[in-house]
Amino acid sequence: MKRIYLDYAATSPTKKEVLEIMIPYFSEKFGNPSSLHRFGQETRAVIDKARKQVAKFLNCHPTEIIFTSGGTEADNFALRGILKFQTSGSKSHIITSSVEHHAVLHTCQDLEKKGLAEVTYIPVDKYGKVSVDDIQKAIRKNTVLISIMYANNEIGTIEPIREIGKMIEKENLKSLSHILFHTDAVQAIGYLNCDVKYLHTDMLSLSAHKFGGPKGIGVLYAKKGVNLDPMITGGGQEYKKRAGTENPPAIVGLGQAIELLTNSNQAEIQKLRDRLIKGVLSKIQGVVLTGHPTERLANSASFCFKYIEGESMLINLDLKGVAVSTGSACTSGSLEPSHVLIACGFDHHTSQGSLRMTLSEETTSEDVDYILKILPDIVTKLRKISPYGRNNVEI
Amino acid sequence: MWKYNDKLLDHFKNPRNYGEMKNPDGIGREGNPTCGDVMELFIRVKDNKIKDVKFLTFGCVAAIGISSILTEVVKGKTLEEAQNITRDEVVKEAGSLPPIKYHCSVLGIQALHQAIEDYRAKKGNK
Repeated sequence: MKRIYLDYAATSPTKKEVLEIMIPYFSEKFGNPSSLHRFGQETRAVIDKARKQVAKFLNCHPTEIIFTSGGTEADNFALRGILKFQTSGSKSHIITSSVEHHAVLHTCQDLEKKGLAEVTYIPVDKYGKVSVDDIQKAIRKNTVLISIMYANNEIGTIEPIREIGKMIEKENLKSLSHILFHTDAVQAIGYLNCDVKYLHTDMLSLSAHKFGGPKGIGVLYAKKGVNLDPMITGGGQEYKKRAGTENPPAIVGLGQAIELLTNSNQAEIQKLRDRLIKGVLSKIQGVVLTGHPTERLANSASFCFKYIEGESMLINLDLKGVAVSTGSACTSGSLEPSHVLIACGFDHHTSQGSLRMTLSEETTSEDVDYILKILPDIVTKLRKISPYGRNNVEI
Repeated sequence: MWKYNDKLLDHFKNPRNYGEMKNPDGIGREGNPTCGDVMELFIRVKDNKIKDVKFLTFGCVAAIGISSILTEVVKGKTLEEAQNITRDEVVKEAGSLPPIKYHCSVLGIQALHQAIEDYRAKKGNK
């Protein structure tokens, strides 16, 4: 059976060139980068090279790059790390959005629970987009950090990061405040402009396994002057900001994956994605596109289907070789529906029927044809089993 | 993620006894506030036995699969026997159920009890 993977927002396969460049650093060139002998210096050199590759991509200085275990650690570090130095006399205030990834959301909730910060969660419009004005209005005297994701992982909506960054800079000049700006760019790498100067951002998180790199490695970019209190202390690695023996194969892999990124595929991916959306919306009744119709990642197609539940659709597709994702309550470990869809204004019931498909340069036209062939029948079958939508009875 | 056993998957892929019933003798409808699953159960009763049973379910693989398995367990039983079916028996019939999905097995039992109650109320028997 042909297997079609449409869950690139969850993870991507490590590219062949990335894997090849990683292999020598397991058993051949295995030195601890902190060792002074040649074994160590060999791996130290490749880590420096990878750091430069990431810095070039983000348009920053290599000393502003901190390698982490992934996007989640980078988000945690950005939020927790700045609190010690960003004191303002009273409890620090953080502004974030209601559609952030759990790595930001749950960290904010944890900081609130521990009495370390007050947090404002900015609501979004029906497309999941924040307004720059709403964020500005939420700024208080004790605001120390604003963290807004660049592109949403569930519905693909792109947030106005550059505008927010410029607004914060103006605010800082006007009020002589020192509000820092962080963006979780984990889903944006490879699709959107991540030049940190362009974005006017002080910190940025990214994760290699979303763009053809290995799992277990990510980056927190922190602009020079941003003081971070280390979460992990020990041997002083990563400019004394993040201890622990470095992971040379993973770092080398990340550097290579980022260097391989090219915009040249994007138009083709978007074309296929648009055809997928158009096909779903025209062949199936009672379905809506979630997220912004145009200001969304080029590879993201997310929907809510009426009268049926997400896991049922997902498993039916899985049984036919197609891998997608859903935000239904039944599939979340907590049995809570997607906080992103709820924030967009979808009710609990509608958000149950969510499906997310994310494409890549590997996705073919035949893949899209196949999905458009099997999905309508799956939806029809599940609706025959459902108590809803019968005799025009709405929920 | 959890793994569903082959029997449950089979009942999900090919659910038995799903659909509406014309003029059912008893209807049960239960919603699960935990994750939003909903099940409707329709029974046809003759000579105190559940002669026919149909279901409609909004929910995940476990919800649909358990609904289907329940209808097979229930068919042909007397009302008293059906009343006494436990959720553990249903889970046993399914083979296994991921712990996080146990609430799906309760849904079916509650809908069944409601359907039987509904039948008895309609017939004036209590």
